Amino acid sequence: MAIVTGITTDELLEESGFAERHIGTDADAQAKMLDVIGYRSVDALVGAAVPASIHVDGFRAAAESSLPAAATEREALAELRRLARRNTVNRSMIGLGYYDTITPAVIKRNVLENPSWYTAYTPYQPEISQGRLEALINFQTMITDLTGLTTANASMLDEGTAVVEGMMLARRASKAEPRAFIVDSDAFPQTKALLANRAAAVGIGLIELDLAAIDPQELPAAFGIFVQYPSASGRIWDPRDVIAAAHSMGALAVVAADLLALTLITSPGELGADVAVGSSQRFGVPMGFGGPHAGYMAVRSGLERQLPGRLVGVSQDAAGHPAYRLSLQVREQHIRRDKATSNICTAQVLLAVMASMYAVYHGPQGLKQIATRVTRLTRVLARAASEAGHTLETANFFDTITLRTKSDAARLVRHAHTAGYLIHLVDDERVQLSVDETTTLDDVRAIAAILGEELTDGSVSHDIDWIPIELERSSDFLTHPVFNTHRSETSMMRYLKHLADYDYALDRGMIPLGSCTMKLNAATEMESVTWPEFAGLHPFAPEADVAGYLELIEQLQTWLADVTGYDSVSLQPNAGSQGELAGLLAIRGYHLSRGDAERTVCLIPQSAHGTNAASAVLAGMRVVVVSTDELGNVDLDDLRAKIDEHANTIAALMITYPSTHGVYEHEVGAICKAVHDAGGQVYVDGANLNALLGFARFGDFGGDVSHLNLHKTFCIPHGGGGPGVGPVAAKAHLAAFLPGHPFAQRDFTPAAGKPAHQNIVSAAPFGSPSILPISWAYVRMMGADGLKRATGAAVLAANYVAARLRDYYPVLYSGDNGLVAHECILDLRPLTESTGVTVDDVAKRLIDYGFHAPTMSFPVAGTLMVEPTESEDLAEIDRFIDAMIAIRGEADAIAAGTWTLGDNPLHNAPHTAQSVIEGEWTHPYSREQAVYPVRSLIRNKYWPPVRRIDNAFGDRNLVCACPPPEAFAD
Amino acid sequence: MTDQTALRYTAEHEWLLVDGDTATVGITAYAAEKLGDVVFVDLPSVGATVASGKVVGEIESTKSVGELFAPVDGTVTEVNDAVVDSPELVNSDPFGEGWLIKVSFTELPPLLSFDEYTALVGE
Repeated sequence: MAIVTGITTDELLEESGFAERHIGTDADAQAKMLDVIGYRSVDALVGAAVPASIHVDGFRAAAESSLPAAATEREALAELRRLARRNTVNRSMIGLGYYDTITPAVIKRNVLENPSWYTAYTPYQPEISQGRLEALINFQTMITDLTGLTTANASMLDEGTAVVEGMMLARRASKAEPRAFIVDSDAFPQTKALLANRAAAVGIGLIELDLAAIDPQELPAAFGIFVQYPSASGRIWDPRDVIAAAHSMGALAVVAADLLALTLITSPGELGADVAVGSSQRFGVPMGFGGPHAGYMAVRSGLERQLPGRLVGVSQDAAGHPAYRLSLQVREQHIRRDKATSNICTAQVLLAVMASMYAVYHGPQGLKQIATRVTRLTRVLARAASEAGHTLETANFFDTITLRTKSDAARLVRHAHTAGYLIHLVDDERVQLSVDETTTLDDVRAIAAILGEELTDGSVSHDIDWIPIELERSSDFLTHPVFNTHRSETSMMRYLKHLADYDYALDRGMIPLGSCTMKLNAATEMESVTWPEFAGLHPFAPEADVAGYLELIEQLQTWLADVTGYDSVSLQPNAGSQGELAGLLAIRGYHLSRGDAERTVCLIPQSAHGTNAASAVLAGMRVVVVSTDELGNVDLDDLRAKIDEHANTIAALMITYPSTHGVYEHEVGAICKAVHDAGGQVYVDGANLNALLGFARFGDFGGDVSHLNLHKTFCIPHGGGGPGVGPVAAKAHLAAFLPGHPFAQRDFTPAAGKPAHQNIVSAAPFGSPSILPISWAYVRMMGADGLKRATGAAVLAANYVAARLRDYYPVLYSGDNGLVAHECILDLRPLTESTGVTVDDVAKRLIDYGFHAPTMSFPVAGTLMVEPTESEDLAEIDRFIDAMIAIRGEADAIAAGTWTLGDNPLHNAPHTAQSVIEGEWTHPYSREQAVYPVRSLIRNKYWPPVRRIDNAFGDRNLVCACPPPEAFAD
Repeated sequence: MTDQTALRYTAEHEWLLVDGDTATVGITAYAAEKLGDVVFVDLPSVGATVASGKVVGEIESTKSVGELFAPVDGTVTEVNDAVVDSPELVNSDPFGEGWLIKVSFTELPPLLSFDEYTALVGE
């Protein structure tokens, strides 16, 4: 008999596909949009936009891909659960810059897991970013207070690369002649590996010395010295004499300092350091198998302009009220290109916010208590170890001790592992143990037992001065009220909400930033980031503990290689800038391996992102600029001329595809061929991959190596300016030159004779693994077909915006058939010429309409670059287009003389509530026109907290720490 | 008010006021306008030897950086401390209080006249 169930097979499918949730426009909406542009289908549109020369045998069919078919959200999470279960979270006592920590739940829930924080962009539009700018200035204040220096930046990528940046800063700022840098031998091994790799690339010689033992008068000539404080082995020693000796020969002193230790020991600034660097990971940010977390850098007065990275400062708005903004931006690579202080751009904002909030939550007393507990437990452990017959090698210490073991050290490490503890094997005879915030007395008891000593309760109270008296901290820190107010969870929760409410993130509306790909960061993708099996692992944990991670990493590498047409991928680089550097170092390594040491010229088109040039310099290359033609494409004649001029010295060409002008450059095949014919390698910058994925592959049309931005194309949230992940992908001939790491649990690109630390660019072997499940989940849930559809929807959205706005603002560049790629540049210069309305005016007026401005003046000054992404729905795209059209109408009213250029809704934008409510209204337009130019805003209004910010005032009067509360009295 | 027709110019948008063997050097109003709000100037030290065409300093605005080239071979005899303290002088009075350095020289290279410079910037 037949059983009648009354439901169809379709209804038995558990849920609809994820791609339908990720892509904002459905079939009906896409049909409407295609109508406006004049194409029958998305495939026809993309087919007309992408030059035939890069379709390799036509577009790849999804079936050719090695990607598994799309999983549903539930299925992907179940797979991630399975991978997570393959990881084993043992108690880590490895230390070496990574310590377990307790993330206060109020911070985890309200920052790390809150889209108001994690979906924001870098605060380039300061008027709508005051919340995270305040959090970042808290971070900078925390760093300057603890390090005893004057100015700190708004985070670095990790400690190891921060030390490298410290070395580069010392070379720029020091007047000393020798190209030598002195490194303390008792520094973290990963830091030493990074220094070795990066110094070699730019021709700096390293001199490794035991600085604690050396007679300071015998310091060899150098432009800088580096001290780890406390040292890698755990010892605390006074570097004042060595620093003074360095200064007397014109060298700068760079000190890597542990922030928790600094609550108890004298700050680097008080010891004479010029630069302090380090990690803020142990301030509430999970280890995450290596990252992400925020590195830091602080400098003494006089070195502010030498700082790499982003720096938050205080300025004032149009009403004279204090307001935060990014200061001294001209130091950075997007302005200075090959002369920039560094190539770093995306940093670790979300993680810096978390660390700063950890300090806000605990305050100076709370931090000191945590540090005191840590050092007391370390003392108990040290005594137990001594009594067990091991030799304590660290006489003075904070949280780390090194033991010369009485028996086989490796056996001891294995024994500990079996018992659930990870300790660091220094060599055959020595082990190292670090205590952290999460260590309990029971843990210490268990370790003591492993070391062969039974800990009785009586031994716990044992206490003598392990910190030398001359290094006890006497200066105050974190005295600002913000660090002494939010003790209750209610207060903390409200402070975080209050700051989040200041900001415009993707949870409010579209962020159409060209070249930034502000697409959806789906909740399911974010789900596993805080699972303990992903969050709780030390980066140097043994291979057996991280099997799930290695499987996930290998799968993601394979998928990324597949969709880009490359053979190998390294996930180590912590941002696009680092991926670029890794790619260029691989090219350099390849040329050197073939005896082509003279190949050092890097050709970079005029239109390239400034980071390209800055990275090339750091890879030891010389930048030669290739002009672009009036359409924004690489000028082939100039390229050929430059190739002829530098015939046998061409190392590489760096090209962005689609171009930074948002166009599928027609001649890319010919460009790649010309470089290859000259013996050069082609570096394809993958920043704009969102316009290509599923339709063409870098590796197929001539790329030898690329970096990808997982925080653009593959859904890792921008976090307000980081974290990022910038994998480097390469063809087989470059695979052996991809980044290695001395502690890597597995080398995915092994090669004979390859040094373990070769081309290392991050402190951790796999960079920032805890956010890789985000990209993994995205690819897993989209499948090859979904990824292709996302690209199509992104290209459709950009062309729809271009088509609808073209009559109001000229679209500066387009490619084949008059089409753009995934973004379009609106040229405001004619408008500025005819009305005096500037690109700033339009950008700020968009705030009044409830939008984040598109990218301003990049890559062309006086323009706006719009990238809607595939995730926005048609209603939101139309809302943006209507706002732009309305603003054009307002500009026309100025041209017509209705309003003067000095007093109109654009010039006075953005309008705060205060500015329209307080006092007499004297402007020639109404209050309603000011703040409700569109009626729908009445019930759904984003109110900016400040008016337009004065950039010049902030740069001329540099203040980069929390202003006193009185400054805001008004 | 400086008589701009009496000044000499370079293609790098610098002006020179020649008085005997000393030239006062600044950037033109056109350059200041292009740079935008100047927030920082980095000038050579007094006594520094400079060579024509070589970078001797930097002028930073909120959005870009301009390099200051030495227009002549010579020795820096004076730098404008007022402009170091108040960089906005470069915008407010580029041909006057916004002067940058004074250089003593033995020989002048070929320079542009007011008319030639005006033609160069198309104004």
